[in-house]
Amino acid sequence: MNRYPMWKYAMLVIALLIGALYTAPNFFGEAPAVQVSSAKATVKVEPALVGRVRQALQQASLNADFVALEGTSVRARFADTDAQLKAKDAIGKALNPDANNAAYIVALNLVSRSPLWLARLRALPMYLGLDLRGGVHFLMQVDMKSALTKKAEALTGELRTLLRDKNIRHAGITRDGNTVEVRFRDRAALDAAKSLVGDQLPDLVWTETPDGDGFKLAGALNPKAARAVQDQALKQNITTLHNRVNELGVAEPVIQQQGSDRVVVQLPGVQDTAKAKDIIGRTATLELRMVDDSAEAAAAAVGSGPVPFGTERYVERGGSPLIVKRAVILTGDSLTDAQPGFDGQNANEPAVHLTVDAKGARIMRDISRDNVGKRMAILLFEKGKGEVVTAPVIRGELGSRFQISGRMTSVEAADTALLLRAGSLAAPMEIIEERTIGPSLGAENIKVGLNSVIYGFSAIAVFMCLYYMLFGVFSTIALAFNLLLLIAVLSMLQATLTLPGIAAIALALGMAIDSNVLINERVREELRSGAAPQTAIATGYERAWGTILDSNITTLIAGLALLIFGSGPVRGFAVVHCIGIATSMFSAVVFSRGLVNLWYGRQKRLKGMSIGQVWRPDGAAKAAVEA
Amino acid sequence: MEFFRIHRDIPFMRHALVLNVVSLVTFLAAVFFLATRGLHLSIEFTGATVMEVEYATGADLGRTRAAVERLGLGEVQVQNFGTSRDVLIRLPLRAQSGGGAKQSEVAAAVFDALCKAESGTVVTKQYTTPQGEQISRPSCSTGADGEPLKLSRTEFVGPSVGEELTWDGIKALGMTVAGIMLYLAFRFEWKFSVAGVVANLHDVVIILGFFAFFQWEFSLAVLAAVLAVLGYSVNESVVIFDRVREAFRKFRKLNTREVIDHAITSTISRTIITHGCTLMMVVSMLSFGGPTLHFFALALTIGILFGVYSSVFVAAAIVMWLGVKREDLMKLTAKDGDPNDPNAGAMV
Repeated sequence: MNRYPMWKYAMLVIALLIGALYTAPNFFGEAPAVQVSSAKATVKVEPALVGRVRQALQQASLNADFVALEGTSVRARFADTDAQLKAKDAIGKALNPDANNAAYIVALNLVSRSPLWLARLRALPMYLGLDLRGGVHFLMQVDMKSALTKKAEALTGELRTLLRDKNIRHAGITRDGNTVEVRFRDRAALDAAKSLVGDQLPDLVWTETPDGDGFKLAGALNPKAARAVQDQALKQNITTLHNRVNELGVAEPVIQQQGSDRVVVQLPGVQDTAKAKDIIGRTATLELRMVDDSAEAAAAAVGSGPVPFGTERYVERGGSPLIVKRAVILTGDSLTDAQPGFDGQNANEPAVHLTVDAKGARIMRDISRDNVGKRMAILLFEKGKGEVVTAPVIRGELGSRFQISGRMTSVEAADTALLLRAGSLAAPMEIIEERTIGPSLGAENIKVGLNSVIYGFSAIAVFMCLYYMLFGVFSTIALAFNLLLLIAVLSMLQATLTLPGIAAIALALGMAIDSNVLINERVREELRSGAAPQTAIATGYERAWGTILDSNITTLIAGLALLIFGSGPVRGFAVVHCIGIATSMFSAVVFSRGLVNLWYGRQKRLKGMSIGQVWRPDGAAKAAVEA
Repeated sequence: MEFFRIHRDIPFMRHALVLNVVSLVTFLAAVFFLATRGLHLSIEFTGATVMEVEYATGADLGRTRAAVERLGLGEVQVQNFGTSRDVLIRLPLRAQSGGGAKQSEVAAAVFDALCKAESGTVVTKQYTTPQGEQISRPSCSTGADGEPLKLSRTEFVGPSVGEELTWDGIKALGMTVAGIMLYLAFRFEWKFSVAGVVANLHDVVIILGFFAFFQWEFSLAVLAAVLAVLGYSVNESVVIFDRVREAFRKFRKLNTREVIDHAITSTISRTIITHGCTLMMVVSMLSFGGPTLHFFALALTIGILFGVYSSVFVAAAIVMWLGVKREDLMKLTAKDGDPNDPNAGAMV
């Protein structure tokens, strides 16, 4: 009765192996590395960069463990810091010939020392939270109200254009908070407007009210559109933050949405809060200017003549120079949206759709009318340096919505749209929480966390082995297995380990032993009432199971409540707590039973077993079950 | 070895009345302290700026305090944290400051002032760690390699975050209590459910009472500990209730009080051993976990100790006072013979 079928043993061995495999990367520590990431929104890190980095290292005859593209950066790992420093210089020189206008950021960094084959199996170490590693944490609140106001403002402009185009006479358009209001003097105009806006502006919900002797039509953003605006604002802010944070050369920056209107930014290893804030808070600006296409300008562009008066020389994305007039037509403030899509006439041709606000639309109309056939440049300024994102030819008179198309792939269209939007934050953000943790404090936290787990575990192990003898040893091994599984699962999930997380691991172990105590006590009780050893094991495990389930369910209820309502460090605690409950049920019941079966299950005529002394109240039968 | 060699049922319930009066008094005291002193909430709830500074030699709290107070930032707390070299400075939120940026500049200003007090200047120090990571951080320098103080940690929490956390905390507590009550009602019947929840809320209030009385810092981690312990010790009551039900069935001659005594006696060994083991882990955290885990571990320790006590003397006693009868549980006998009863055999 105490035998497991082969498949159960096989399952346990596989669980053990997988556990060991995924836990292993956590023990290799970190090795020096060089990280290359993009310095500009217009420069993308592509697989080809890996080759360039390799080449640079070869030329400097430096040996990297590996060079690989990970996410948005290329990393090269080295055996020691000496090679790392040399490599940084070599790569820097090769990739950024002009140090004042660097296209790439080359930074020193750390990566896991675990062997490559483990990384290929996606067996990666857990991230260390800021409290263990040191770094900066920001929680930023996105001002959604201003995002909505901006959208309402844009819609107001659109409405004005619409009504004018259709020759509908109105008595004024105003924006009141997030609602757009139009006044009409007569019924006919109101009705015409109503049917028009119903089709053209589906994002607004219209309500009609009498206004003096005229009529008023008020349009509010419908909830779906409002949500879309907020989602997009948040996404755009996150993208923008990503671009900016890259510059810090941080190994694993975390930029995540939290709740509906917050963004968490975590920069491990960064200590300089002022610089981090400066970079995060910086605004890139977008400018629309006309291209100078005179003969002098063409000469200046190729470098054979001076740059004409009132113009500047910029480099287009792709490398060719362009002479652009100094006068700014529009700034990025007027640009309310840029989306990739397809051409209106030719559905196969990728295009970027731009929307500008009412003021912008007026200017665009005037400028474009006078400059049909000429080129207009869109420039992105970052860190005081400008670059031409695109310079399309004006084909006709433009309004508040227009598109850029031609000679573009859909990927390029998406990139351009992103760049046009990346210039600025969709809505302003405010830092509502900030934390800096020094590197020595992080190391200290790791030490104390590990110590409490190790000493607590040892104390439990010693007690269990003394009190339950061999069964105690089994329980201890099962507890160790539980720890292994817990760390493996956390590593697989790529969870971030924090100090509360370590505390949760310790607590999970402390609570997990409960199951084994239950089982051992129950087995003893069966023995006490005179059951044969083999029967005692079987019934002991069986009867203890119900209680184990009970105890874990109540603990799980609390864990889930924390998971749902907790945030930040408490969430980390809750995740570990809940996973710990699952792994403990498996290891305490299935795994320890496996060990017991393996040890005792084969012996047909088992006389006694080592579960410590079993005392009987009547005193008659002595402790007969000592093996 | 076996610790518990119990010959006959221990009459736990004989002293139930006295102990329950003691419980009630402790509970009322806890409520009293909570009401009068309130919890010393961590900045996660209240919003504020906290800085932890490490001095090279023992810190002179007086000098530090004077340096900070000169900035006129309102009511500033300066205290040692862990060792005599570490100092924790808590700066209140400035009343009119809405901007986060402004508030976080405060930390830099304070660091500057502290550095000046040690006659140093703040410079940005750039270095590479032995592992090969580039770090640049503001540091206080006195010229020749001297660094009288280091900034270990700063934390700024805005006022809006705290309010939300408080709400989320209350919601989490509510959900846990409701979940456990439902579970117990489903598993037993309402009298047990009420008894279990009263017993465990009594634990929670007493833990909070300790925090209020000693003015220990109540942080999010402590809240997590309280909830974890709530889930953990309810289980103790479940085990005892299970035995009560079983004993009602098995021993028809015993009255309610004797049944409860028997149930507690037969589970006491397991109760003490498991809680002892968990306690070992928690005490290890308390002694080796450093100042950050201190209050977390402390809350767990108190919670576990009171969890044992309340399961035995409060939960069981309330069930007794509520007048649980054999007939209450006999309603369940229909299920007894059911071989698929998921709860069958759930006992110790």
